[in-house]
Amino acid sequence: MRRALTLLPVIVFGILALFFLKGLTLNPREIPSVLINRPVPEMALAPLPGRGENSSLSTNDLKGRVSLVNIYGSWCIACVQEHPYLVEIKKSGILPIQGIDWRDDPVLGAAWLRKHGDPYERVGVDPPPGRAAVDFGVTGAPESFIVDRAGLIRYKHIGPITPEVWSKTLLPIIQELQK
Amino acid sequence: MIAEIGHFALVLALCVALVQAVVPLVGAKRGLTNWMAVAGPASALQFLFIVMAFGALMHAYVTSDFSLVNVASNSHTEKPMLYKVAGVWGNHEGSLLLWVTILAVFGFAVTLFGGNLPPGLKSRALAVQAMIAVGFLSFILLTSNPFARLDPPPMDGNGLNPILQDPGLAFHPPMLYLGYVGFSMAFSFAIAALLEGRVDAAWARWVRPWTLAAWIFLTCGIVLGSWWAYYTLGWGGWWYWDPVENASFMPWLAGTALLHSAVVVEKRDALKSWTILLAIVAFGFSLLGTFLVRSGVLTSVHAFATDPARGAFVLLLLVLAVGGSLTLYALRAPAMKMGGLFSPISREGSLLLNNVLMATGAATVLLGTLYPLIADALNLGKVSVGPPFFNAVFLPLMVPMVVVMAVAPMLSWKRGDVAGILGRLKLVAGLTLAVALLVWFLQGGSAGPWWSIGGFALATWLGLGTLTDFAQRIRLFADPAGVPVRLRLLPNSAWGMILAHFGLAVFIVGLTASSAWTTEHIQTQQIGESVDVAGYSVTLTGVETVPGPNYSASRATFEIAKGGSVIAHMQPEKRTYRMPPRPTTTAAIRSGITGDLYVVIGDADPKGGYVTRLYFNPCIPWLWAGGALLVLGGLVSLSDRRHRIGAPARAAARKVPA
Repeated sequence: MRRALTLLPVIVFGILALFFLKGLTLNPREIPSVLINRPVPEMALAPLPGRGENSSLSTNDLKGRVSLVNIYGSWCIACVQEHPYLVEIKKSGILPIQGIDWRDDPVLGAAWLRKHGDPYERVGVDPPPGRAAVDFGVTGAPESFIVDRAGLIRYKHIGPITPEVWSKTLLPIIQELQK
Repeated sequence: MIAEIGHFALVLALCVALVQAVVPLVGAKRGLTNWMAVAGPASALQFLFIVMAFGALMHAYVTSDFSLVNVASNSHTEKPMLYKVAGVWGNHEGSLLLWVTILAVFGFAVTLFGGNLPPGLKSRALAVQAMIAVGFLSFILLTSNPFARLDPPPMDGNGLNPILQDPGLAFHPPMLYLGYVGFSMAFSFAIAALLEGRVDAAWARWVRPWTLAAWIFLTCGIVLGSWWAYYTLGWGGWWYWDPVENASFMPWLAGTALLHSAVVVEKRDALKSWTILLAIVAFGFSLLGTFLVRSGVLTSVHAFATDPARGAFVLLLLVLAVGGSLTLYALRAPAMKMGGLFSPISREGSLLLNNVLMATGAATVLLGTLYPLIADALNLGKVSVGPPFFNAVFLPLMVPMVVVMAVAPMLSWKRGDVAGILGRLKLVAGLTLAVALLVWFLQGGSAGPWWSIGGFALATWLGLGTLTDFAQRIRLFADPAGVPVRLRLLPNSAWGMILAHFGLAVFIVGLTASSAWTTEHIQTQQIGESVDVAGYSVTLTGVETVPGPNYSASRATFEIAKGGSVIAHMQPEKRTYRMPPRPTTTAAIRSGITGDLYVVIGDADPKGGYVTRLYFNPCIPWLWAGGALLVLGGLVSLSDRRHRIGAPARAAARKVPA
């Protein structure tokens, strides 16, 4: 009995070590979206103040062409990093970018766009607690989704879009979908 | 040149450590005195070489030698001197070098102060210390060389992450490491005891002060880290159950349990096998923390550059050290002699109960920390485990522990009289109930959270229970005239226990109040606009730009008024560092005994206002005071002359002529 008890710690540790070994091959930052190849969830988001009534964002606005949906917030520091690149993507005219101002005060979200540039065609406001974005499968900001012509989510990128992410990952998918 | 000497010194240290790991062990096994005697000089030599290497890296940082990759990527000429020095351990390679430096210091300390240790135990323990050093030195030399050169050297460095440029954080890693590595002493002595097949009071008397010292450093490191998180991250919180915080908390829990069970080994010759296991587990948790931070298997705010090769290497070290020692434990522990028997209601019994609760607590923290990894490995999906899990599982385990803590010091060894003690605690129980009712009333009945009533009741029970114990030890009421004499005679270890237990009660007050009653106001504030926060009127009077040594800051000025009269001005800052260019927030905090007014300035609004976050965090200073009392209690207990090995033997020798 006593011998069995003293064996227990090493057995527990052995099991943990196997998990650690497996863990080395996994990437905890990579979070697959359950919504890949699923339709965009139903939503009708109010427009951002100062951008006009017709800049609201609803499910139907994402149909008929390939678009990029970007989640941002004025509170989000990493968004500042990716934002200039979004403005460049807009200038290139490759595809429209739709914004969701997530868990934010819309006044602050609008001010933030005036300060950092506005790459979006439409911006919907998803005020706290941010239900619409959660339906999208958002885990944090910034996050971006590629939506195809049929309104299906085809790819999810977590974290800021960098030139490397854009040219190596996102652009090939977009070009494939636009064919 | 100096960097190459440093690198070479590390290689020499590895060679010395290899010798120190083998020769004394063989000597102890075969009874060869001169082979065993190698351990002492070897540990001194190893210490010398590692300190040389550490000095060489320090020199490179202080002189901003950007021809070293490590310095170029983590330092900058503009950085204040304190952070140039702290930059040495503000990165992966340098922090590992600090790790082995501290290990070498502890190893050398065994040689310096362990003159009256049994030679077999001493040489075996030093050999185990050297094995750990071999593992970490080869880790540094093979995967993480801090002395790698860069050609051509850049004009200036990348700078240290500005969020780390803070006095609280400059001393946080060395404190934590002194704690982590300090547990290696208990570990080495545990392994040596398993090899010898003998654990006795002399063993415990040697291990206790070192464990206590490690525990003091670790406590200090954790409190410093929380304090830093509180005033720099600008969220008003101080503990987030982040994997890396947990990585420091688990060895703390195991170390606290070890501290108490080692008392039982020393005084009663019982719980020996359990104490050995705790010594292995406490250091195992320290190594696990290193693995979790360096390997990238968990996501955390503490993002050191992670690398799968490094992760695999640390895992190998972890498996060899912890797996190897637990196997040895499984083989040898059953043969160890059982110690003295005791009834469940006795001081040993209560210490064992608290040990089990603390170990279970550490296990739940481990489970919560590793669950995302386990779920991912089993394809159960990506999950994150946050504060709700830890609060719901860990905190309830601590409730019976705190309840017993008030009673345990009054119980006698072997068989305690629980009815008599509960009789003495009648007044404390009454006051606890009164505090619970008072909190219930102050919260407005069922409007407040129910657990805050429990938190205050526990703190009252423990705090007053500890004071009652203190009063009885000095017979405050029974014999007031003799109190001064008894105060002097009270051993330092008893003073330490009373201070630390009382400190935990103070800490629980801070924990409960700051979790239950924080008020938070987030808004856009125009210049001249006032916001009411917990009875204070907070007016934003202006924002100016001020330059710092390596940053520029927007400094806001708030006027704080209470009852119509201005009582203070507070100046939080939002800093933008030049190198690397990153924003940080510096909260302004006005501390009082009832709590902190905590003010953060955010981004400017185009209409001339600013986003401001204003908090009132009740009783936060109680947390720091509680932490300080824990550390103070540890220090006072450490100063107890009975901890000094051999003191009882010397005392006995003095008695002979009389």
